Amino acid sequence: MIRISCAGAGALLLDAAHGAFNDSVQERIWAVARRMAALPEILQAVPGVNNLLIVFDAVQYDPATLEHSLRAVWKDTLVDASPAREIVLPVTYGGTFGEDIPVVARFAGLTEEEVIAAHVSGEYRVAAIGAMPGFAYLTGLDPRLAIPRRASPRVSVEQGAVSIGGGQAGVMPCTSPTGWHILGKTEEILFDAHRPEPCLFRLGDRVKFRRVG
Amino acid sequence: MIEVLTGSPLNAIQDLGRPRTMTLGVSRGGAMDSAALKLGNLLLGNDIDAAGIEIVFFPFKIRFHADQAFAVTGARGVARLDDEPLPPDWAAKARAGQILTLHAPANGARSYVTFAGGLDVPVVLGSRSTDMKGGFGGYQGRALEAGTRLAAFPSDAKDMPSSGYGLAHPCDLPENVAEVRCLPAAEFDAFTDDSRALFFEQLWTVTRTANRLGYRLESETPLSLRSPLELLSHGIVPGTVQVPSAGMPIVQMADANTCGGYPKIANVIEPDLRLLAQTQTGRQIRFIRVELDEAVAAVRADAIRMHELGLALQSARATLLAR
Repeated sequence: MIRISCAGAGALLLDAAHGAFNDSVQERIWAVARRMAALPEILQAVPGVNNLLIVFDAVQYDPATLEHSLRAVWKDTLVDASPAREIVLPVTYGGTFGEDIPVVARFAGLTEEEVIAAHVSGEYRVAAIGAMPGFAYLTGLDPRLAIPRRASPRVSVEQGAVSIGGGQAGVMPCTSPTGWHILGKTEEILFDAHRPEPCLFRLGDRVKFRRVG
Repeated sequence: MIEVLTGSPLNAIQDLGRPRTMTLGVSRGGAMDSAALKLGNLLLGNDIDAAGIEIVFFPFKIRFHADQAFAVTGARGVARLDDEPLPPDWAAKARAGQILTLHAPANGARSYVTFAGGLDVPVVLGSRSTDMKGGFGGYQGRALEAGTRLAAFPSDAKDMPSSGYGLAHPCDLPENVAEVRCLPAAEFDAFTDDSRALFFEQLWTVTRTANRLGYRLESETPLSLRSPLELLSHGIVPGTVQVPSAGMPIVQMADANTCGGYPKIANVIEPDLRLLAQTQTGRQIRFIRVELDEAVAAVRADAIRMHELGLALQSARATLLAR
């Protein structure tokens, strides 16, 4: 069962979530996004976490017609067959960039070393890209580390910060506010507007962290 | 060559933004009052999406180092070319050495200065707009500082009446209470009956934190959900009205994050985003509910109006030049 709602005259949000994140729903989201994006009337098809936003020009196209195409494509699409790449990010845990490790340890009832071990041994997947340039929502976080977001977001967290929040993992592609908890830092550049492919990550990539320093 | 004489972290180069970069996490960006930027370009015979300067911090001054046709649109304050006052929504020709000054507007919040030919800065990810969050686009990815020198693409300045010209009836700006039309969004029905009614009945004040990312609004009674709701992150567009748990709505604007997770009560329809963009801090707005067919009709009427305005300005220019 899916729900489709209007996001203004020129966008539709397809929501396929039922409670917690579901991997196979996400693979279907990617496949539907790819097919929708290929339609000439679609400006962009933006996968979220178990949902999909499509944006079009309402001057030329009727929302009702596009809702119909979206439902038809959803019904007719099952999985995404595109092969996943694997990306390994070196991370320095702790120190000034790991200021939230003690908080996470208390929340999870683990030692600080166990928190790092749980994070670094995870096998993650890029479910969606968004929020800020090049930010990837990584699923696959050890459920013991599913600490809620901070009650009040930090005003500024530096580029490269390796973070967790709301049951997901991520890496800050640029210096920005965030309510996620910081465990470490990577030197990898996740986004560069001037690269041929600006984002380091692609949807569906498998991501691992490697402890350094 | 144009030299910026007054620096501000808020005044920056914008065009119509990036319509296809959400999948990179890059905001649409572009002029907050896109109609004002389009009008500024149409007055000069530019492409409608040529890059100009969005001004939020006043007074704003530039010096022309060469003869240059320009237009001033958007928020209305005193604008002078040297000592000579300029009417609102007006195009004129500056001579080398002249200084354009824009003072704080009495009405509206954002002014636009456009230049014949459009500003010559590199296209990054399909647009010349400044993306402050990503630090790219516009002038070196940042706001305009005092001393910044900008060039416009060459244009045929003979196409502009030397005396200047503009709109006899300048574009509407919100007075008193801005009425902003919106469509119910995905979680509209998840709010209590009272909250759904209050959303449209209460007047909402634009708070001090309103900026290009979003407009935080305030009113007497916070909005509440029937029961707490945890949403997975999803794509959001400018105009999305989110309601965080404190119950005060935030309208996402041009530089909003491309994904979010707060419940959405409504979406401001595309042609009315400019009304919000032109509402000053401390002023009030009212949300008006429309149905989808009305929203689509409004988007189309807006596009037709802009197209007709372009044709009318083209023929006005021709008439004035023939004199």
